[in-house]
Amino acid sequence: MITCLGDALFARVGVATVQVLRNLGVAVDFPAAQTCCGQPAYNAGYRDAARDTARAFLRAFAGSESVVSISGSCAAMVREGFPDLFAGCPEEAAAAELAARTYEFSEFLVDVLGVRELPVSRHARVALHHSCHTRRLLGVVEQPVRLVQMVDGLEYIPLANAEQCCGFGGTFAVKMPRISTAMVDEKVDRILETGADLLVGLDMSCLMNIEGRLRRRGHAVEVRHLAEVLAAGWRA
Amino acid sequence: MSVASRKAFDERVERALGDEMLQEVIAEGQDYMQALVEPARAEAEWAAAVDQIARIRAHTLAHLDRYVDQFATNVEERGGHVFFAADAAEARRYVSDLAQRQRAKLIVKSKSMVTEEIELNSALEAIGAKVVETDLGEFIVQMAHERPFHIVAPAIHKSLEQIRQLFSAAAGRQLEADARALTDYAQGVLREQFFAADMGISGCNFGVAATGSVVLVTNEGNGRMTTTLPRTHVVVMGVERLVPTIEDLEPILRVLPRAGAGERITAYVTAITGPRRDDEADGPREMHVVIVDNGRSRMLGGKYEKILMCIRCGACLDVCPVYRKIGGHAYDSVYPGPIGAVLSPLLDGLQCHPELPFASSLCGACTEVCPARIPLAEYIRELREDSVGNGPGPLAWRLGFQAFAAAAARPRLWAAAEAVALPFLRLMSAGGALLNGRGPLAAWTRSRDFPRAEGTSFRALWRRGQDRRGP
Repeated sequence: MITCLGDALFARVGVATVQVLRNLGVAVDFPAAQTCCGQPAYNAGYRDAARDTARAFLRAFAGSESVVSISGSCAAMVREGFPDLFAGCPEEAAAAELAARTYEFSEFLVDVLGVRELPVSRHARVALHHSCHTRRLLGVVEQPVRLVQMVDGLEYIPLANAEQCCGFGGTFAVKMPRISTAMVDEKVDRILETGADLLVGLDMSCLMNIEGRLRRRGHAVEVRHLAEVLAAGWRA
Repeated sequence: MSVASRKAFDERVERALGDEMLQEVIAEGQDYMQALVEPARAEAEWAAAVDQIARIRAHTLAHLDRYVDQFATNVEERGGHVFFAADAAEARRYVSDLAQRQRAKLIVKSKSMVTEEIELNSALEAIGAKVVETDLGEFIVQMAHERPFHIVAPAIHKSLEQIRQLFSAAAGRQLEADARALTDYAQGVLREQFFAADMGISGCNFGVAATGSVVLVTNEGNGRMTTTLPRTHVVVMGVERLVPTIEDLEPILRVLPRAGAGERITAYVTAITGPRRDDEADGPREMHVVIVDNGRSRMLGGKYEKILMCIRCGACLDVCPVYRKIGGHAYDSVYPGPIGAVLSPLLDGLQCHPELPFASSLCGACTEVCPARIPLAEYIRELREDSVGNGPGPLAWRLGFQAFAAAAARPRLWAAAEAVALPFLRLMSAGGALLNGRGPLAAWTRSRDFPRAEGTSFRALWRRGQDRRGP
């Protein structure tokens, strides 16, 4: 699952994800009928639009064995949102089945593939942004930390107030831009405090928010999806 | 969201964001609370107690009519009076009529959010009574003519210096900027009021149906003074604040102080069962219990019923990243923070608080910490559905999402749209046009750079790579 945002703005993350999965021996397919999971409409309160979008998504992934998402919050939408959205609908069972085989990227690597070591090198001081939905809706917290620690040469620096939201929140970022900016400012401060030169995350929406604010404030901290770091540093 | 109400909301937000000292005080307060509460939450017994609380609260709500009857009967059997107030006006009228009948000139109060909700103080002042808040935090906000900033720590937004200035003005002399000295001053003032008061008004953390007891969980001792010294004790409680038996209080009393203040137990836990009996040395001669509905029973059996499980611990305020930025007053509702963003629109109607369901990033921190297992973030999202589903709503958003859904269900159309839009976006971002964007992007680009567009979608790369080995 490349997600609408990843497809349109961050194709490189999708490419990196495919590369990492193939390196690990996974056969990867990209069902071309996928567009968006419906989360933006769902969280904004437009249930009907969300269901229409989600229905198309269900169809697109009907034949897949496991679905790996480059976004924790889109995976959470499928796992937590779909059962609610399709409760009492003809698609209810299909939604539950899809929810059961959908994973966030780092979760899939650690929990499903059982990755314990990686032939990856990269020299940097790295901070990790967990993303709220990955942490709280999927319960994925330790997996990305472990993957980061498997990379040769990465020095992992824990963030203070790591569990705090970066202020993205989907439409919240543009409906309440002043509050959202105050929130991302604090996140940026915490990142700068660590002295990290690389910020890694599992969700391009949060990372786009944090990177956008970092750049506006004139900071060069590199911002990457975890898959990009793994793909780029893979020793052939 | 009407334009005027949105503007007023934005102004309140700006005021909070622009107040550097306030920003520091809130963040320090939250971090301090987190450091205290987190170890308690990590204890093994926490999860079990929380499950028990959720069970007890759900059971009570499912049989609320029965427990209310039982509670009222037991209060009356112990010599207390019970009044059911359907709304805030009825509750205010009952208490002010009582105060008038008893010629109560001076009324002391211990901390109570429901009396804030029904705006009791102004009603009592309107009949000429002097009302004195005796909880230290409430004493401070009353002096500042403000609302509580936090449901457990009403004056958490005030610095020592601000409190010194308030107290000094009231005292007519310069007090020392020292917590001990300021507390001594408040204690001195309040002690006189307790002895002179004609009536004491308290809230009720929990009413015990089986015994008719009113249970108060306090730290300062003012609760006991308020409920024992004056001739008449008036209890104001929300109709949902019942538990079946004393035993049911056990997990709640274990979790409430931990969740709300990181304490194992509060300094005082008081159970009051009826007024003074003939063989007792002290206590009020009369006890009146005002049970306030004010929109609560409307929620029973509905999709928001679980909000009535709240034990008012304030834990959701202490973790909310939005509250951290805008503070308690920006919500412009008696209950701030996540609990307020849900409860206030449900009590007063969405039209009174149209911004509140949208003042959340849906990060889920509130749901995670709630010791009554209320799905707060999920409720906030539901309230958005209710907001956009009723009335005209923001037309542009609705049309936008409908168009989005229509395109999303047609992958070919979607891909074609991307193929047109993305190179264009890339051109714009290369030219820097997106940096200080206007129109729909402005809310983003005023404070954040827009990502440098790659110009090609993943699906296009994938398709191109199909005949080789993928992208």
